[in-house]
Amino acid sequence: MSFDWIIKIFTENWPMFIRGAGITLLIALIGTIIGAMIGLIIGVIRTIPIPEKGMKRALLKFINAILSIYIEIFRGTPMIVQAMVIYYGMAIAFGIDMDRLLAAFFIVSINTGAYMSEIVRGGILSIDKGQFEAAHAIGMNHLQTMTNVVLPQVLRNILPATGNEFVINIKDTSVLNVISVSELFFATKSIAGNNFKYFESFFIASVIYLIMTFTVTRILRYLERKLEGPENYNLAGNQMQVDTPKIPSNH
Amino acid sequence: METMITVQHLSKSFGTHEVLKDINFSVKKGEVVSIIGSSGSGKSTLLRCINLLEKPTGGEIIYKGENILDDKHNVNQYRTKLGMVFQQFNLFNNHDVLNNCMVGQVKVLKRSKEEAQKLAMKYLKVVGMDQYIHAKPKHLSGGQKQRVAIARALCMEPDVMLFDEPTSALDPEMVGEVLKVMKELAESGLTMLVVTHEMEFAREVSDRVVFMDKGVIAEEGIPEQIFNHPTQERTREFLKRTLKQNI
Repeated sequence: MSFDWIIKIFTENWPMFIRGAGITLLIALIGTIIGAMIGLIIGVIRTIPIPEKGMKRALLKFINAILSIYIEIFRGTPMIVQAMVIYYGMAIAFGIDMDRLLAAFFIVSINTGAYMSEIVRGGILSIDKGQFEAAHAIGMNHLQTMTNVVLPQVLRNILPATGNEFVINIKDTSVLNVISVSELFFATKSIAGNNFKYFESFFIASVIYLIMTFTVTRILRYLERKLEGPENYNLAGNQMQVDTPKIPSNH
Repeated sequence: METMITVQHLSKSFGTHEVLKDINFSVKKGEVVSIIGSSGSGKSTLLRCINLLEKPTGGEIIYKGENILDDKHNVNQYRTKLGMVFQQFNLFNNHDVLNNCMVGQVKVLKRSKEEAQKLAMKYLKVVGMDQYIHAKPKHLSGGQKQRVAIARALCMEPDVMLFDEPTSALDPEMVGEVLKVMKELAESGLTMLVVTHEMEFAREVSDRVVFMDKGVIAEEGIPEQIFNHPTQERTREFLKRTLKQNI
């Protein structure tokens, strides 16, 4: 009976499953956070208005070209191939034997960064032009406009897409088993390799993946609602009216 | 009286379309100037050129003896001297009312939080919005938003206030509350440049009226002259059209 086997495999190997799940979650979390930061920085750079002439124009054009190439390459090739090329490429070209976990963080981060920079750019473009104009009109420069007015609004708008990236990363870290990162897929493969119960072992893995992605989705929903802000506000100097009257305790 | 801003031979084209042609005029300290004219006459573009939200194609804008269109001139610093009020309010959606009035003071003028808050409260009181400091823009009506936007601009303590059709996006019953605030500001001696469709405001509040038509200043003078004895045929035409609508 395979159900008995599922129980048996889990009770015998749960530390390995849990450690694998932990590493999967860690890679996905760090990759998404660093990727989002890369995306924000690139998004801000790519929306700097290009001056009509001068050195600054040439420099900006050059940086934008480099960033476009980065985005095209990492969006246009599979992460499993990027993992192989970067991990083994580093070994051959520079003789660097990367720590596997570090390599995993690196690969997921720059891959996510490529997607996130497009998400951020879209987020910035979706902000009403009037917000930029109002910020410029009170004398803010591009960076001040971005950090004080635009990005806080962009962050809220791109949260669903960022959550999506996080969920994708939880699943896609499984491809890192090709460079022997001991995440959940790799752990499950080892377990199944020992007991030859492939269906049962991977069934457990799939349940764990589903629990992780489902939990993350719920948490992000909650965050979105939080960021919406309160529906109501109090009038200043009017708070006393909504205070609960205090009952004196010394009767 | 001291001249605040002088515009000389200003022109602006979008592609081959010439929106402003050889504009010359100036605003003196303490003066309230209304710019009137039909839609598409270039009024808003002129105002937006003055604080460089649109880059003029030619001409000069002289502020305190300097041509601010010079490449070496610091645009951001110049803009802090001009308060801008937009047709669409453009309050910062991520900040509450108080912060809308503080963020520019703290981040651009580097004032302390305490000082910024004091000034914000002062000007929010002027526009009658000091009770709403904790409200977000989404909570406010159009008229309330515009009054906060005026306070936000005043907080920077600008030399000149620019109003770009400040009541055009408002429901009719809210136009009054904004015009009232603007009238009080005008009486307090603030230098104001107002693009408006409110003929009554232009006539009663302004010291001088500029009538624009097809990208040029067709006529300018004191309200009495423009409204009662216009010398140009097209001014008469425009006034006949708009004043009839208002009845």
